[in-house]
Amino acid sequence: MSKHVFSLSLLIALAIVAISLVRPKNPDAYDLRAAGELPTLVNGRLKPLDTVARTSLLLLQGRQRVVAPDGRTLSPIEWLLDVLYRPDLANHYATFEIVHPEVLALFELTPEEGAGKKRFSLVQLNKGLPELDRQAKLAENVDSALRTSFQRAVIQLREAIILFQRIQNSLLPPGDENYFDKLLSLAPTLNDSASVAKTPLIQELEQESSTMDTLGYLLPIPPESQMENLADWKSLGAVVQSGLATHHLNPAALSYARIGSAWKNHQPEAFNVEVRAYRAKLDQDAPRLLAKGGIEARFNAAQPFSTSMTLYVATFLLAVFSWLKWPQSLARAAFAFLLVAFAVTSLGIGTRMALENRPPVTNLYSSALFVGWGAVALCLVLECFFKNAIGSAAAGLLGFCTLLIAHHLALAGDTLEMMRAVLDSNFWLATHVVTVTVGYAATFLAGFFGLIYVLRGVFTRSLDRSTADGLGRMIYGIVCFATLFSFVGTVLGGIWADQSWGRFWGWDPKENGALIIVMWNAVILHARWGGMIKQRGLACAVIFGNIVTSWSWFGVNMLGVGLHSYGFMDAAFWWLIAFVVSQLVVISLFAIPTTKWRSPGI
Amino acid sequence: MKDFFRSIRDGVVSLQLTVALLVFGILLVFAATLDQTHLGIWGIQQKWFRSLVVMQEFRGLVLPIFPGGYLLGGLLLVNLIAAHIYRFKFTTRKAGIFLTHLGFILLLVGELLSGLWQEDFTLRLNVGETKSYAESFRFNELAVIDTSPSKFDEVVAIPEEALEQHRSVQHPKLPFRVVTKAYYPNSLLQNRAEDAPASLATAGLGLRVTAAPQPLTYRPDESNLPSAYVELVAPDAPIGTFLVSTGLVASQEFNYAGRTWKLCLRPKRIYRPFALTLLQFTHDRYIGTEIPKNFASRLRLTAASGQEKREVLISMNNPLRYDGLTFYQAGFENNDRTSILQVVRNPSWQIPYIACALMGAGLLGQFGLHLLGFIAKRRAPALA
Repeated sequence: MSKHVFSLSLLIALAIVAISLVRPKNPDAYDLRAAGELPTLVNGRLKPLDTVARTSLLLLQGRQRVVAPDGRTLSPIEWLLDVLYRPDLANHYATFEIVHPEVLALFELTPEEGAGKKRFSLVQLNKGLPELDRQAKLAENVDSALRTSFQRAVIQLREAIILFQRIQNSLLPPGDENYFDKLLSLAPTLNDSASVAKTPLIQELEQESSTMDTLGYLLPIPPESQMENLADWKSLGAVVQSGLATHHLNPAALSYARIGSAWKNHQPEAFNVEVRAYRAKLDQDAPRLLAKGGIEARFNAAQPFSTSMTLYVATFLLAVFSWLKWPQSLARAAFAFLLVAFAVTSLGIGTRMALENRPPVTNLYSSALFVGWGAVALCLVLECFFKNAIGSAAAGLLGFCTLLIAHHLALAGDTLEMMRAVLDSNFWLATHVVTVTVGYAATFLAGFFGLIYVLRGVFTRSLDRSTADGLGRMIYGIVCFATLFSFVGTVLGGIWADQSWGRFWGWDPKENGALIIVMWNAVILHARWGGMIKQRGLACAVIFGNIVTSWSWFGVNMLGVGLHSYGFMDAAFWWLIAFVVSQLVVISLFAIPTTKWRSPGI
Repeated sequence: MKDFFRSIRDGVVSLQLTVALLVFGILLVFAATLDQTHLGIWGIQQKWFRSLVVMQEFRGLVLPIFPGGYLLGGLLLVNLIAAHIYRFKFTTRKAGIFLTHLGFILLLVGELLSGLWQEDFTLRLNVGETKSYAESFRFNELAVIDTSPSKFDEVVAIPEEALEQHRSVQHPKLPFRVVTKAYYPNSLLQNRAEDAPASLATAGLGLRVTAAPQPLTYRPDESNLPSAYVELVAPDAPIGTFLVSTGLVASQEFNYAGRTWKLCLRPKRIYRPFALTLLQFTHDRYIGTEIPKNFASRLRLTAASGQEKREVLISMNNPLRYDGLTFYQAGFENNDRTSILQVVRNPSWQIPYIACALMGAGLLGQFGLHLLGFIAKRRAPALA
């Protein structure tokens, strides 16, 4: 029976994954999927328009879905095309999230006037923009650590509006929707007559193109040959300017103009023809670029990490219920879900690595993915040995939590961003960063086993002697593993520092954080060897390890000093505090005498 | 009495002491990390790690608040060595533990030595410029330069410490004594108003500029500007009192004993028997952004012995090690025309590498043994 449970659960989990992988259909006659895969250069990286749309939306409003004023739901790429080509319409979309009441007061708006009581359109904000600009400039003079929440919100909103306007000015000059018509009307005469007189039309185009080159955000126009050379990708404005001067216009500029006209004039057939023609050209000259864009757009649409989040939750619930009822069947079902969730996460991380051509951890976002991945991998090994669903439960919980953290970190923008010079070393990223991240993962995992120990012991009757002993052994094993990896990872970091900054150890906050993890693990091991702590003490100590690790992972970044500082994270600070408090509360449960625990015999 | 010594010995070699010291160590590192927002990275090292006792000021009262890094590290070292001598029997099973602790002892010693020996300098080079010296980050010197020899300058460098302690300096190469009248570790230079009260200075720039003492700063984006009023006293008559400061770029000239002298307070220099010429500095950014992709300096290294003349490339993560010094690409300024190299002298730089190799091997061996034992134990009942 329980064998069938495993196969059945595996099938269900795979079905969930399969549904997520189905290619999204085009909602209407427009071939949006094809348009979303077109590559453009932004922030030093070639990415599909689909990624630009999604990361911009996350920055502006914290989610990827847009609801038009008429109630229609837009896909990210539809929104981006509207921003680029139908600015008047896009200005009415409520895509700016404002929650700070004083910032709303600045615009004389109330939450009730916003979509979902927090999202507003540029049209609604227009009147208050000069005042916003003034307030933001005042706030910028204040040291970033000392800014009030109002000042931070003002600066953030202004940056969001600037981003929106820069995207808008990438393909159209401010306030002129007829730019493409002018360009297209000129195009036939431009290329053949070398002696075109400087008509007012050309002068106007020159002026507008120059503005677009300065303000625009996207560099969508590839060079006519050797497209893989990123240095030669240009803004539309720059290409039109040089086209007017040399009487030779890059055909890609005309493609974007025709696509734009078709989109603006609601002509799906023309739109599809132009998009496909441009794609055919790209496919011929640089097939790799288009294919990469396609993979990334598919990856965006499939959202593997949110699929695995669902699966991890299922794993956790199944594993926990297995302790109360039908232990064998439910444990097997949990394991099946865990296997699929792990496979999906691995595929997701693998795709990111392939797109970026980097080791798995390159920034805080990917460290969250990888901490989860490493912990789950360890759990899988443990579950194979012990088969008591404890590994599955911990894996489900940790997998879910780390992906949730990653989801929130992704709100800061593109997660496949370029690496700063000092970090630009695949060797050290692959050795130091990966090892130290596995160390974090193992320390967290030990801590979660500690949580399971005390929560099961105090609140359920399911923690019998042999389960408790098994848990104790697992915890001890993981602490050994964590000590090894956090130590080796920290040391490799020291060696990297010696190679690039000239000192092995500099007492930088991030270094100190890692050192504290190593020292805490050493404390646990020595206390256990010396008989100062037994099973319960061990469980208690590893929960404190959760606090130590979360401090080192996020807390030190919030100090805003040091070489590893990634900037002050305001909202995350309160979550960190809440997490620390929750761990302290659980630790305080150990003060309850074991006779009062619901599980007997501990 | 015997019992008393025995209990002391048991305490010194005990694991309880190890755990207690490690816990104190964690608290020390944590507190020092938090203090970094006030004191900066250099300040906390002196206060928390390179001290026996951490002193903290409370409303003018300086109180000891915590055992310092040297004390905790030293006690840990004693505990570790004593425990090994007293308790430890070497067996292959315990080889991993032994290696780990040996590595740890080396690591502690290495950190102590680099704390004592490591010196940091900077080397600023414009494109085309050649230098055979680097300047200290933190230490300054009062240079008294005799410019009269035609082929070279004769320099007497007086460490800032001597000024700080108001020592009167007499040197065989100097026909006068240098007496410190006032010394400010951080100061603000201001133009002297017409009606300002009398200045300590009687000659040189000090007639027009005054130095006002300032509290020391620890902010990473600011630096201290030490100044001093020094009097040059010749056997026959005083030459004058000069204001010197690292904020005054040009050196001040005066004549004495028929020779022309120069005087300036400048970052301490370290001269080496080779010169570096900056041939090219490159600073790549990602297209369309200001995110740096790479910095690199191409230099020509010329040894004074004439036996070496070659080109070297220093870039991020790729330093040059030569003549006991290590050169790192640290920064740039002046519109990418000036390259800033960090120069580090640390004779003990290899110790952490050895220590960590030992510890890594030890931990791997020890936990590997644990794991194998565990797997064997799990298999055993299945076989039985």
